[in-house]
Amino acid sequence: MSDAPTDPRPLAVEMRGIVKRFPRVVANDGVDFELRIGEVHALLGENGAGKSTLMNVLDGLYRPDAGEIRVFGRPVEFRSPRDAIAAGLGMVHQHFALVPTQTVTENVLLGLPRPRFRLDAGRYDDEIADLARRHGLAVDPRARVWQLSVGEQQRVEILKMLYRGARVLILDEPTAVLAPQEAADLFRTLRSMVADGTSVVFISHKLAEVARIADRVTVMRRGKVAAAGIPIAETTTAGLAHLMVGHDVLETIERTQRSAGPVVLSMRDVEAEGDRGRPALRGITLEVHSGETLGVAGVAGNGQSELAQVLTGLRRCSAGSITVNGVETSSRSPRQAIGQRVAHVPEDRTGVGTAPNLSVADNLIMKSYRDAPLARRWTIDSGAVRRFANRLRETYAIAAPSVETEARLLSGGNLQRLILAREIATQPRLMVAVQPTRGLDVGAIATVHRLLLDQRAAGAATILISEDLDEVLAVADRVAVMYEGRLVGLFDAEDADVAEIGLLMTGGGAPTAGTPVSAPGVP
Amino acid sequence: MTATAPTRRPARTAGRLRWSLRLERRLEVPRWLPVATTVGAVVAALVISGIVLWIAGGDPIAIFVHIARSSFGSLGVLSDTLVKATPLILTGLACALAFRMRLWNIGAEGQFLMGAWGASAVVLIPIVPAGAPSIVTIPVMMVAGMAAGAAYGAIPGLLKAVRGVNEIIVTLMLNYIAFLWLSYWVFGPWSEGGFQLSRPFPPEAWLPRLSDAAEAVPAFAGLTVHLGLVFGLVAAVLVRFFLFRSRRGYEVRLIGDSPRAARYAGIDVTRNTVLVFAMSGALAGLAGMSEVAGVVHRLQQAISPGYGFTAIIVAYIAKLHPYGVVVASIAFGALILAGREIQPSGIPAMIQGIILFSLIASEVFLRYRILFERRDA
Amino acid sequence: MDPTIILAAGVASGTVLLFAAVGEIFAERAGVLNLGVEGMMLMGAVVAFGAAVATGNPWLGLALGTLAGGLLAVLHAIITISFQAEQVVSGLALTFLGSGLARVLGEDLSKAGAISLLPKMTVPILSAVPGIGPVFFTDQSVLVYFGFVVVVVTWYWIGRTRPGLHLRAVGESPTAADSLGVDVYRLRYAYVIVGGLFAGLAGATITLAVSPGWFGDLTVNGQGWIAVALVIFAQWSPMRAAVGAYLFAAIRRMLIDIQGPEQIFGIPNPFFYDHTLTFFLEMVPYILIVAVLVAVSGEALRKRLGAPAALGIPYVRGERGH
Repeated sequence: MSDAPTDPRPLAVEMRGIVKRFPRVVANDGVDFELRIGEVHALLGENGAGKSTLMNVLDGLYRPDAGEIRVFGRPVEFRSPRDAIAAGLGMVHQHFALVPTQTVTENVLLGLPRPRFRLDAGRYDDEIADLARRHGLAVDPRARVWQLSVGEQQRVEILKMLYRGARVLILDEPTAVLAPQEAADLFRTLRSMVADGTSVVFISHKLAEVARIADRVTVMRRGKVAAAGIPIAETTTAGLAHLMVGHDVLETIERTQRSAGPVVLSMRDVEAEGDRGRPALRGITLEVHSGETLGVAGVAGNGQSELAQVLTGLRRCSAGSITVNGVETSSRSPRQAIGQRVAHVPEDRTGVGTAPNLSVADNLIMKSYRDAPLARRWTIDSGAVRRFANRLRETYAIAAPSVETEARLLSGGNLQRLILAREIATQPRLMVAVQPTRGLDVGAIATVHRLLLDQRAAGAATILISEDLDEVLAVADRVAVMYEGRLVGLFDAEDADVAEIGLLMTGGGAPTAGTPVSAPGVP
Repeated sequence: MTATAPTRRPARTAGRLRWSLRLERRLEVPRWLPVATTVGAVVAALVISGIVLWIAGGDPIAIFVHIARSSFGSLGVLSDTLVKATPLILTGLACALAFRMRLWNIGAEGQFLMGAWGASAVVLIPIVPAGAPSIVTIPVMMVAGMAAGAAYGAIPGLLKAVRGVNEIIVTLMLNYIAFLWLSYWVFGPWSEGGFQLSRPFPPEAWLPRLSDAAEAVPAFAGLTVHLGLVFGLVAAVLVRFFLFRSRRGYEVRLIGDSPRAARYAGIDVTRNTVLVFAMSGALAGLAGMSEVAGVVHRLQQAISPGYGFTAIIVAYIAKLHPYGVVVASIAFGALILAGREIQPSGIPAMIQGIILFSLIASEVFLRYRILFERRDA
Repeated sequence: MDPTIILAAGVASGTVLLFAAVGEIFAERAGVLNLGVEGMMLMGAVVAFGAAVATGNPWLGLALGTLAGGLLAVLHAIITISFQAEQVVSGLALTFLGSGLARVLGEDLSKAGAISLLPKMTVPILSAVPGIGPVFFTDQSVLVYFGFVVVVVTWYWIGRTRPGLHLRAVGESPTAADSLGVDVYRLRYAYVIVGGLFAGLAGATITLAVSPGWFGDLTVNGQGWIAVALVIFAQWSPMRAAVGAYLFAAIRRMLIDIQGPEQIFGIPNPFFYDHTLTFFLEMVPYILIVAVLVAVSGEALRKRLGAPAALGIPYVRGERGH
């Protein structure tokens, strides 16, 4: 526990024994957390570790199933974020809650009882500009939010909280959307706010930044606290990475020796923009051979989604080339990707991977309906479809009363079986699987892994993108690490050092940029 | 430290229980529920309509009985009901097809009118020489009607596909334009003796009716059910085939259910938008042709008592299924038929509105469960 | 074909479109699409006219007609906000319902005699201003002047007040508004009902000021839909909506007047000699609307402006773990 006796500063926030359950998972399992006044306290952990949930509990968005919270010494029970704001807590989420078409001032004033009626923008513009200047958050109050850079938008979010008198600021992965220079500005701002007496909770998975900005750090892993309130000076990045990423291997999977064949996928210096116009992929170069699985590890938000989209035709790349089976195609449509036998198990099972109100059979033919034997000129042979669907249902043990059942009635695990069945049935040359086991129970996870390995044995090239490092290590032959849009490491799975990978995932260690690592035996 | 669950404030009114209503999202939907809610909604709508009628001073029971009797009471009126149902089947199919892809085709009325115009043009310009046998005239009229409807439907389709223009307003405006277009021809070049009707069509341009065979089958005397009904039934089968057996139809259903999944599957939404709108227009156009060739046998200004709008409700009640459209069309055909005699004339429209309203309100039961809870105050 | 007369007539009958459009702007700015405007206008028209006939008091008719529109809107609000049903279909259902119900209620009204209309006035000094005076301020119904006030107040409310700020936020980013304590549901209810009240007012304006009498569906004859289209043309701005409404009505008037004279600019007037050609004239307003929509679709894309982002999407609050 922390060294409370030697530190006289009183506590701004005290959380004890917090438990928060969701339908399939215990997000917070008896968590204690303390924040001292005037400190920057980092909350470190992987996705799914429970840190965002914990702070959402603190912020009043969730009500805990058990536990106690005290703010500035007083016990509190928040029913909504408004209560939290009233108590002096302000949270800045990863996804900003701003109204893009309105000005900064209007966004800051939203929801407040003042001004009573007339919106005298001018007066408030000055007031807010003043507040901004005092805290080193330069932003033009008259600008409309959509015109601002992401860094500036974040400042508006912080201003919103400061304007409401927040004495505790909770930032959820603030640098995930910032350029390095903007991140540096943010740190400067935080330091000056802290000197003023504000207390900050800084949620992150990036070790380097945590080391720069935090006074103390608490590490969470799988819903529990792995290390609580350790002064930053007493930690090492390697040690923190180890605490974050852990050591357990959940399953041992029998694997045949890899027999890698010719190159199926070759990416050279691929660049792509993300949704907000910022670079999401910065010069990705890699090769995947037939019969091998390349795992892409990393914390979500470092370019993995965009990588998958670029490979499957859902996003254009702005530079570089992608070659599949010798055919060069840098910007293509999903239709062309499908034609090149690129299969895609998408992140979003229910929104993209399946059509909820169509039947299981209709979902199973989504990639194959244009070809024989399912298609005959302009029609679809319903008998063939039924046979096809039933065969897949049996082979992959998709639990559904019949193939006519609507897809939305399937459980997550069965939905994933459906998607995998469909994609594998196309006999792909390249399979791109993104977070395939998210939200699944142990049995379903094992099934998914087995199917991926079967594909590998059948000679497909697979890219497995996953936040779960254990999964990647268990299933993949080689492991690449993505961080901020770049490949920062490439290892053979057998030689992989979890600690080192954890380090790379969180921004520590030197990136190995640019050079593709080829299969063993090839110089 | 002991963990305590957050408690509500201790009840000063302890001992008093309160019931409360809560909506909770459903995780799964039993098979019978959609049918039950549809039936329930229609029944509720009829009850509500009855109450409104009673408030307005009418006798709801008498009105409903009158509707039933004057639509299904005898072979003769049954035949009349089917005649009214015929254009509804086709326009209902038009709407159902478009709605399947979430294309709001409110323009079935205008496409119907254009189809009627196109078919009439064959006879009145004439495109097929007078005296040509029916075996030539009728198919040409069918093609003309469908082509006119399809072209008219393609307009909003293109605008939406290429420019993202709101198809609801465009189709609505096109309805008015089509009516005016028709009016011009009926009052102008094709006017018969200065009246707002065209001259009657020659017998070769009439769709055969049951009563044509009255000599052979005396029971058919006076029955005006015409070949258009067959068009409707065949169209229902074809649309069902299209939706559930063809590649295009599969794409249409997929786009309508999940545009993102459709994109993921490599489907071209733009092309399908125009195609489906054109098909929808063609169906409505055929309805127009069948009405002028099968019922009125001339072109006149008032050929539709709002078929294109009633079709929307028909499609909705049928839950967009082609066979359901046939059933619903017959029911609404009865309503339209009987409605002509009901005073005030707005009652059928009102009942239709209440039914549609009731239907969408009932859908809440498909998304949520109602929970009665007892809570300590 | 006197331009002053045409424009003045445009202002007079355009007030109908103005009220309906303003009401729709409020509803859509809050994120709710209301396609029941036509039905609400019909209800407003018939109730207003009926009340005026029955009591001889047009003001009472005005009030009741406005209320009728609002009541219908309550239904729409419940279905789309609380039940989260599809807004498009709910609006259509309301149009059917309103239209049918109006015809039922107005059954005997087509034979009703003349009623006393709402008063007209001429504003003393302003009516003398050259150009504008005769058009806007001379011999117009009180409702027209009310319309001027409505436009200004609406513009001010939406753009310059705190409640207006909340309204805009609710339609653009209900999540952001909700997170700061703005009651999204309550505001949406309020503005949908306001939209209905204005639609009812628009209908009442027809039968109590512009063209008194009840003619079934023809009384409104699609103006509700035109108002919805005008909102898109106006890019949800009340000032632009006013301009569009007046212009559109003026064009309609001009199309009627064109049919009158034997010659236009020296050449024989085709519409005078062949009256069936007037049908094409009547098409012009509708074609105009389509053209405007097409033009605006490009502009909106270019200017990154457009509909309130949350328009048409029911708002479901994210999980609050209780």
